[in-house]
Amino acid sequence: MLEIKNLHATVDGKEILRGLSLSIKAGEVHAIMGPNGSGKSTLSYVLAGREGYEVTEGEVLYKGKNLLAMEPEVRAAEGVFLAFQYPVEIPGVANTTFLRHALNAIRKHRGETELDAMQFLKLMRETMKKLGMSDEMLKRAVNVGFSGGEKKRNEILQMAVLKPAFAVLDETDSGLDIDALKVVSDGVNSLRGPDRAMLVITHYQRLLDYIVPDRVHVLAKGRIVRSGDKSLALDLEKTGYAEFAKEAAAPTP
Amino acid sequence: MRTLAKTQAGAPYLDRYAAARAQLETTAAPWLAGWRRAGAEAFRTAGFPTLKSEAWRYTPLHALIEGDFSVDAPAAPFDKARLSGVVFGREAANRFVFVNGRLRADLSALEKLSPGIELLSFAEALAKRPELVEPLLGKAPGLAGHPFAALNAAFAADGYVLHMAPGITAETPIEILWLGSGAEKPPVYHPRNLIVLEKGAHATVIEHHVGLCIGAYFSESVSEISLGEGAGLRHCKVQDESREAFHVALTGVGIAEGASYDSFVFSVGGRLARNEIHVALDGKRAHCRLNGAYLGRGEQVIDHTTVIDHLMPETSSKELYKGVLDGRARGVFQGKITVRPNAQKTDGQQMNRALLLSDKAEIASKPELEISADDVKCSHGATAGELDDAALFYLRSRGIPEDEARRLLVEAFLNEVIDAIALAGMRLTLEHNVSRWMSGPS
Repeated sequence: MLEIKNLHATVDGKEILRGLSLSIKAGEVHAIMGPNGSGKSTLSYVLAGREGYEVTEGEVLYKGKNLLAMEPEVRAAEGVFLAFQYPVEIPGVANTTFLRHALNAIRKHRGETELDAMQFLKLMRETMKKLGMSDEMLKRAVNVGFSGGEKKRNEILQMAVLKPAFAVLDETDSGLDIDALKVVSDGVNSLRGPDRAMLVITHYQRLLDYIVPDRVHVLAKGRIVRSGDKSLALDLEKTGYAEFAKEAAAPTP
Repeated sequence: MRTLAKTQAGAPYLDRYAAARAQLETTAAPWLAGWRRAGAEAFRTAGFPTLKSEAWRYTPLHALIEGDFSVDAPAAPFDKARLSGVVFGREAANRFVFVNGRLRADLSALEKLSPGIELLSFAEALAKRPELVEPLLGKAPGLAGHPFAALNAAFAADGYVLHMAPGITAETPIEILWLGSGAEKPPVYHPRNLIVLEKGAHATVIEHHVGLCIGAYFSESVSEISLGEGAGLRHCKVQDESREAFHVALTGVGIAEGASYDSFVFSVGGRLARNEIHVALDGKRAHCRLNGAYLGRGEQVIDHTTVIDHLMPETSSKELYKGVLDGRARGVFQGKITVRPNAQKTDGQQMNRALLLSDKAEIASKPELEISADDVKCSHGATAGELDDAALFYLRSRGIPEDEARRLLVEAFLNEVIDAIALAGMRLTLEHNVSRWMSGPS
């Protein structure tokens, strides 16, 4: 599904990703853990195509296609989704308008018919019910006045409606209490399937109790320094990141 | 030297006045002839404003001044069948239609006017209701000493006069449609309008300026509005002139005790458009709301100038203008609020926000507060910014193409002011105009 090869990326001229390689197959959930400043969010923005994140070396193949050559909206339409660590507030645009435009743009890209207002509303009601969210969230402007937990839930709602093939969750657990964490995790787990893959970026092991990964990677100083199964996350919880930071600092052989 | 330069700038108009003088002055009642002559004289002295005059610092008029406009251009043909494409209201609306400043009775519809509501053309009102027109003409706030008011007085031939008797409420909006059309020689017209709402009367007036085709023309209008005690006027204006047109509109509003004036101006057309509103809050608790939205691109200059004078206690004014500028367009916003010593407990709020879509577009904002009372609440502000990159990326990351994402954000920016319009039909019309504008060339 996703193949990252020797990815180097800079932000404001500073190299943040320094030779990151990662391969995720359909049906798998991978977790990336790492200390602050290790490049976790840079990786998520590079995958989503944000301006200002410049790839200087390496490549990313998504379903065999060059992901980095696509505009952000094309990546989304092709099935890539980023759940933002800090979802953006957009005054004046109703959540429902936003989601309808997004869904119909993606459907159009796929050659499917666009949904009319009634069909869309029906879909939204069903999805909201499944996720245990209230309709009221739809009428409000996108993320404006939302609590931290509501913003994260809104990301999961978008994911549930847009049904991406590959989703990146960037610190979706940060700022969530246990109840909200459970809602968000349930939402994510309900989307797991043989045709989907996910990359869960997190600082803490806690989230991985709810979203159990197939593989865990440790990111330090822009490189993956250790990979393993879910037990690696538990080890990390005990030992912390310090040891890995040292490994990353060592010169590349 | 300067006086000479000014005189030369206005010379074609003065020559034209001299030529038409016999007709303009002898066929009119003596008071009217005198009024016209005084206008011509005042314009001779003042001339067109230059960038040196404080009120016109940001709005260059040279293209307008150099324009060779014809005051007696033949009336442009207009087929009634086209009307349905440009009117705002349904069939039932009371409507005056002007083509190049001249009333076209055949296109107008006044059947539904209730008793107590008079809607006359300016020419007709001069003939039939001089006792209504004479004491008011030229007396509205902001007109004295204004060069365009003077020019208008010299040439005003037509326009509309709306009079509402005390306590009358107009159930349906009154629609005034101004159709502008260029010709071989670009026409100029000087509409003079008068709205008088007697004590407790209420009305909604919608003015729609539409350019019928490509081509230059010059619409130079003056509107005088007098609101009696407790009266209320909603005044909605959509300015969608041809992109080569010049549009200069001066409105003076006098507001008596407890009366309110609610204005919304939408400006999208014209090569040069100046919309200037002067309000005198001249009675206790008089209120005005001056809102507006503007969209400019290409080389357009769009100017909104407002002057609000709080003369009496407990008066309030609210003002919000929002604009979107692309290409090399220039927006001008000048907002002056004066609070007189007597006007305690005044509440005045003013804000202009501009969104710049290109780095060649510009906005000049000049807020001005002059406060001579101590117990007042006044605020003003101006912002200029670009589209929020983070928001744009967020929308695109969900699959929304860039141009559509930009359109959504621009509409969202304008929603704050468009949503505040009381008329649902007008909100829809303007939302439609905005999305049409966004899909046009920059």
